[in-house]
Amino acid sequence: MKQELRIEPLGDQAIVIQFGNTIRPELSLKVYALYHTLCRNPHPGWLDIIPAYASITIVFDARRSYNQVDSPYKMHHGIIRHAIAHTQDIQQTEHRKITIPVCYDSDYAPDLKGLCQKLKVGEEEFIQLHTSSSYTVYMIGFLPGFAYMGSVNPRIESPRLDKPRTHVAAGSVGIAGFQTGIYPLDSPGGWNIIGRTPLAMFDLAKEEPVLLRPGDEVNFYAIDKFVFDDMIKQQPTALHA
Amino acid sequence: MSLFIQKAGIHDSFQDKGRFGLQHLGINPNGAMDLFSMEIANILVGNVPAEAVLEFAFPSPTIQFNQPALLCLAGADFEARLDGKPLVVHQPFIVAKGCILSFTKWKSGNYCYLAVQGGFVLDSWKGSYSTNLKVGAGGWKGRRLKKADEIDFKNVYNKTRGIRVLPWRADVRDLSVISNKIRVIAGSEWNWLTKTSQKEFAKQHYVVAKESDRMGYRLKGEKLDKHVKEELISSAVSFGTLQLLPNGQLIILMADHQTTGGYPRIANIIAADRSAVVQLRAGDAFSFELTSLASAEKAYLAQCHYLQQLSKGAFYQLKVNDLIHDNT
Repeated sequence: MKQELRIEPLGDQAIVIQFGNTIRPELSLKVYALYHTLCRNPHPGWLDIIPAYASITIVFDARRSYNQVDSPYKMHHGIIRHAIAHTQDIQQTEHRKITIPVCYDSDYAPDLKGLCQKLKVGEEEFIQLHTSSSYTVYMIGFLPGFAYMGSVNPRIESPRLDKPRTHVAAGSVGIAGFQTGIYPLDSPGGWNIIGRTPLAMFDLAKEEPVLLRPGDEVNFYAIDKFVFDDMIKQQPTALHA
Repeated sequence: MSLFIQKAGIHDSFQDKGRFGLQHLGINPNGAMDLFSMEIANILVGNVPAEAVLEFAFPSPTIQFNQPALLCLAGADFEARLDGKPLVVHQPFIVAKGCILSFTKWKSGNYCYLAVQGGFVLDSWKGSYSTNLKVGAGGWKGRRLKKADEIDFKNVYNKTRGIRVLPWRADVRDLSVISNKIRVIAGSEWNWLTKTSQKEFAKQHYVVAKESDRMGYRLKGEKLDKHVKEELISSAVSFGTLQLLPNGQLIILMADHQTTGGYPRIANIIAADRSAVVQLRAGDAFSFELTSLASAEKAYLAQCHYLQQLSKGAFYQLKVNDLIHDNT
């Protein structure tokens, strides 16, 4: 892996590997190649490995290493450099393919009509454009299970709302710029809401409470209100923490 | 039920050292704001340092004990009273059934910790007893305490009867855990600041704003300017990360921080100074001091050594005075 990466401290107990400050699909592949290498063979002192659009942050337990080394930071820095040197730029990494049902009915899509008018796209076409792309989960942040996915077809891109809502229902599917995402919990939010999924993005009752993972490939498919209601009934612990 | 909440405080929650391994899923670690104080409280009662403790602010809870126990307070001074008699932090005490612990005045600091020998019976989520308020998991039913909550101790204390304040205290004065000079390491976007703003940052006095909580402390100071126009792509942040907000003011991310953020990361507070910054009250003035990674690690190591020594001393005292209950 090329040495244009910057490796720098995030305080004295975490390290960031910076791939630059842009979002590009080929950059994302590099991020995930390294992320997979690091996850396959983590140091026992690593507490978290957090991928984002163009960075990976490793949080480590400094106290663990103090008996053996002078500088835990330097030690972990060395381990990371080694991992980078042994990662090919683009590796065939296995990723999961997830399909998510979305109801685009106006009851669940308060911003859909307005967006269609603004972007001069018919509603049917908008839904078609949203469901025909495959999206990569670039990172999960902001809320437990909030997956930032990209990229939507440029014809349905739209910036965040000028005035965020104080309440967005859990399951709401949104668009912000080139990204699409799903609110896992009821929350304030500034994304354009274009639909809702009956699937639980976060479910406290589950062993793996978050449905998606960084690097997943996601596709949406349209369902009507009846199917939506049915699916909700089948998941008694869905949607709310 | 071992203890009863006669009156709940403004923010009482159980915390341990945090829930790690889930930040890539957007689940933040939570955990005690002042980890150092949490450990002192645990060490002085003979617990493992990471045993879950009650963290509270002021106004504080009023607690009634329904069985004997060995406890200790650490962190902020809220003028604790045990059945009306003054109690100090960092000095363990034994209660009897019926004792009332109350807190009468906000003297210094923000967060105080109460540890009990053997620990509290709490809900675990994903390997930690820290409270995650966002999803309602961990700690005491995933929420803050309310009036009439009754919480159990894991052990029945069978060593002495009656009320006693034990005659030893931890002295933390040399460790700069109370300080208004907060050391930081330059962050990834430190160079986004203009040279003038970099100088300003190191020179000026900041004040903690009252809109500060477990998610972050907002600071008031002279605006800082950046010369870079581009937006920062979202990336992970940490407890102690200083973000530059669009209005030129700073925010220090705290224990309940969101896992990722898109504001420039100007600097990061060194781990050894997290306690000091956490205990700065709204209205307190302080300044930042840029330091090296090596100094930061040295300072943290010094704190670890102190805690190790304290642990040996405290355990010895408890053992020699036969104060460790039999089922440890």
